[in-house]
Amino acid sequence: MTKNILIAGFGGQGVLFTGKFLAYAALLEDRQLSWLPSYGPEMRGGTCNCSVIVSDEPVGSPIVTEPDVLIVMNRPSLDRFESAVVPGGEIYVDSSLVDRKVERTDVTVHYVPATALSTERGFDGIANMILLGSVIEHSAVIDKKDIPAAMAKVVSAKHKDLYEFNIRAIELGFSC
Amino acid sequence: MAEKVLMKGNEAIAEAAISCGCRHYFGYPITPQTEVAAYMAKRMPKIGGTFLQAESEIAAINMVIGAAAAGVRVMTSSSSPGISLKGEGISYMAGCDLPALIVNVQRGGPGLGGIQPSQSDYFQATRGGGHGDYHLIVLAPASVQEMAELTVRSFDLADKYRVPCMLLADGTMGQMMEPVTLGQSGGGTAEKPWALTGTGMRRPHNIINSLSLTPDELERWNVDRYKRYAQIAANEVMYEEYLCDDADVIVVGFGIAARVARNAVNSARAAGIRAGMFRPITLWPFPKEALFARAATAKAFVSVELSMGQLIEDVELAVRCTRPVSLCSRTGGMIPSPAEVLAAIKAAGAAQKGGN
Repeated sequence: MTKNILIAGFGGQGVLFTGKFLAYAALLEDRQLSWLPSYGPEMRGGTCNCSVIVSDEPVGSPIVTEPDVLIVMNRPSLDRFESAVVPGGEIYVDSSLVDRKVERTDVTVHYVPATALSTERGFDGIANMILLGSVIEHSAVIDKKDIPAAMAKVVSAKHKDLYEFNIRAIELGFSC
Repeated sequence: MAEKVLMKGNEAIAEAAISCGCRHYFGYPITPQTEVAAYMAKRMPKIGGTFLQAESEIAAINMVIGAAAAGVRVMTSSSSPGISLKGEGISYMAGCDLPALIVNVQRGGPGLGGIQPSQSDYFQATRGGGHGDYHLIVLAPASVQEMAELTVRSFDLADKYRVPCMLLADGTMGQMMEPVTLGQSGGGTAEKPWALTGTGMRRPHNIINSLSLTPDELERWNVDRYKRYAQIAANEVMYEEYLCDDADVIVVGFGIAARVARNAVNSARAAGIRAGMFRPITLWPFPKEALFARAATAKAFVSVELSMGQLIEDVELAVRCTRPVSLCSRTGGMIPSPAEVLAAIKAAGAAQKGGN
């Protein structure tokens, strides 16, 4: 099985971090993977995206042009990538920030008010992890049991509070 | 076995260089290769090595000349415009027979160009890049694992033949993360009796020099160097073939283009088209005999590249124009999609059916 995942949003929303978390989880599962960030000026404040491929086969091109899973954290990203998703694919939308509905009818859409939830629950700034929780719940990208170990890889031991924060945000996303 | 870790391609280059005994890095930052320098800046002071951010690319390559002349493993890295600046120094290194590693994580050009991935320095890399009769050994990685492995191999080849080696990557290879297993390769064991290490009053002075005002002497130097190039061409060619045995259409590409091409070949096979992929790993020496051998059975070739058509010239030379070679390329920082490559495979196949 191969999952082509595209995560897109503004710089600073944790787009690359979300991808990195998925990549480490896949590594722990001893699967094939690639992680490719956009590295242009956009990563310093504009739109930003990240291709992650998780597969049981060697990964060919690391560039996700036709995502199975699209995670969008702003309106420009939905406008740009909605049409690229494969028929039958999944789109996860931060509905607090994206002010329109997905027009495609041949994909599964999950609207997660991630930014509103993160503010409400005191998890400011980790809407990305709430969205990711929803992705993990609905799409068989990675196994839930690998979440703690993968988080330990991306959050340094010095920031135990952030580790807990992120885990709880993901768990909150399970029910979204 | 060593643990698999996740690393950016640029970081893998730096870690592999350190693992094989490189303790001297001189460079100047430029996107998309800055992580090489950043990694070196962090690690070198901890292991007794030297990281030095020079005042320019030109200064950096001349520091590389100095360290290489002293017989140590040394490298620099940059991206396209920075490599042009290093061109003079690289030619001097070739003329002085100095081993070193030069990494080019290519971006779009010409001029200052852009910062997105490109392969448009193919001519510059494979034809030397600076002035005079010389070649670099040019290795083209297509994964983060190869970024590491070919870095080590570059140092070994450079020492073995006393030539500068270039690792020719691109922005995607530098920026992407993949699992990589890093080996401990010890360090360079090559004897360097020519190095400037001090005579200790026990031997005549060694001289590292590329200047000769005596034409017959300079000719002899060049002819001798080309004898080494002939050995390199005979012994060090590397390539990968994928589904080539029964292929009617063979896609040729290196680095990121080969990764895209592999997807397209799989799609072509799924559609009943017999397609294969040939990936040169050494761009110089180019695997021309192996590619020519494939021309005996393949009906057409497609060169996939991130340039206006540079690799295609070596493909045409290799197959000696016995088969048509078409171009599938994007440039300026754009990357051909698997669908574009698939369309090119279909077109090449259809043209052959129509032609016969």
